[in-house]
Amino acid sequence: MAGHTTELDAKTLWGGKESPFQTSYGKLMMWFFLVSDALTFGGLLIAYGFTRHDAQDAWPIGEETFNSLPFLGHGYPLIYVALMTFILIVSSVTMVLAVEAGHRMDRKGVTKWMIATIIGGFFFLGSQAWEWSHFIHGSEFGKIELADGSQAIVKGHFGEIESFTVEVAGKHHKKGDIIKEDLMHTFQHAAEKGHLHEGKILLHDGSIAKVNKVKDEHMELIIKKDGKKNKIGDAPIEGDAAEKMYYEALYSGEANRVIYGANLKQNEYGPQQYGQFFFFITGFHGFHVFSGVIINILICIGVMAGTYHKRGHYEMVEKTGLYWHFVDLVWVFVFTFFYLV
Amino acid sequence: MERDDLIEYSLHGHHSEEQGKVIRKKIWMVTALLTAITIVEVALGAFIKQSSGAWPFVKWSFIIMTLFKAGYIVMIFMHLGDEKKTLRYVILVPYFLFMLYLIFIALWEALAVGEAWATYGV
Repeated sequence: MAGHTTELDAKTLWGGKESPFQTSYGKLMMWFFLVSDALTFGGLLIAYGFTRHDAQDAWPIGEETFNSLPFLGHGYPLIYVALMTFILIVSSVTMVLAVEAGHRMDRKGVTKWMIATIIGGFFFLGSQAWEWSHFIHGSEFGKIELADGSQAIVKGHFGEIESFTVEVAGKHHKKGDIIKEDLMHTFQHAAEKGHLHEGKILLHDGSIAKVNKVKDEHMELIIKKDGKKNKIGDAPIEGDAAEKMYYEALYSGEANRVIYGANLKQNEYGPQQYGQFFFFITGFHGFHVFSGVIINILICIGVMAGTYHKRGHYEMVEKTGLYWHFVDLVWVFVFTFFYLV
Repeated sequence: MERDDLIEYSLHGHHSEEQGKVIRKKIWMVTALLTAITIVEVALGAFIKQSSGAWPFVKWSFIIMTLFKAGYIVMIFMHLGDEKKTLRYVILVPYFLFMLYLIFIALWEALAVGEAWATYGV
């Protein structure tokens, strides 16, 4: 076991021979670094809590914001982040198994578990890349500003856009042309600029086309910012009424009535600071994971080269393990305060 | 000058094959526990709406479960539970004192700021 405690006589204890903590210098310094890093993350999460407590608009709800899975679409609240959490926990376990193997001077075991940990780390980074991409691109409906000035997020199934049929020719397209490429992107871009009107879209080249779109299903509007009529906490607006209000706003011809996804200025999920904190906290954590993977790779090379075996102990694995567990520890808190609460 | 009287603490971590078996068993137990807690958290988060009356309890149970998870990670995975008591408390006590203070100050202040905005406008 790490750090045996032994009984000491006063002479040994006060003679400067014995370290008061009975650990090596390197491990102690790693702990001190981790405490300072934990203060950084603690500060960030508390700043997030501060902003959330003084926010006037409704704060986004985790299971409404994060409910998608790759390839499967919507309707899976929190499953993806739970999966990410699980990946990180498992890679933490493989790391602790590597440390355990090191304590038995089992070089093969250390190598095996270190490689497993590195793979877990890459999986987590990949998941986070998807998560960011999804967060940035946003939903198909976006967040809509309704006629009374209230803002609502939209749930439901977005009917697919099949094509645009050009009705008024522009510089590029002729009348009767059928456009089948890049439809969603063009549609959302036009919606943001207010270039949609009664099922027609004004394209870049000045042509006007009819939008051929399958009807949306199960639409639901959830109010996230008070307006003159609709207030936060109202029951969701459903069905035909929701569709009427949504498309009234989308076809209003006004710019910025709809927001898709997120950037540092605005996002469809909630207040501006929500997006900023998301990018900063998960980004800073992701950067830690990335550094951790790099450090793990370097240490793994050292293990395979036999550097630590010659040294007589695998404490380097234990130290990098401390850092790796810390990354997992931080994620446990990010998971709770960003996604669950 | 090379000193020969220094203790090589790095060797203290070594253990035998039998001890290893016991430790590995403990590691897998903790893994199962952490996974179970995460599953419970996700189930609660997915099925209980924030508008429901049970939400305050769910919220606090999230925080308590998180602290449990954190405790297991720090004490078992990071071996802080096996370190000398002095080291354990030097790491944990100042951190917790400072964090509790900061949480108290920041959230209390936030409520006051939010109220001021609600009253006097932004």
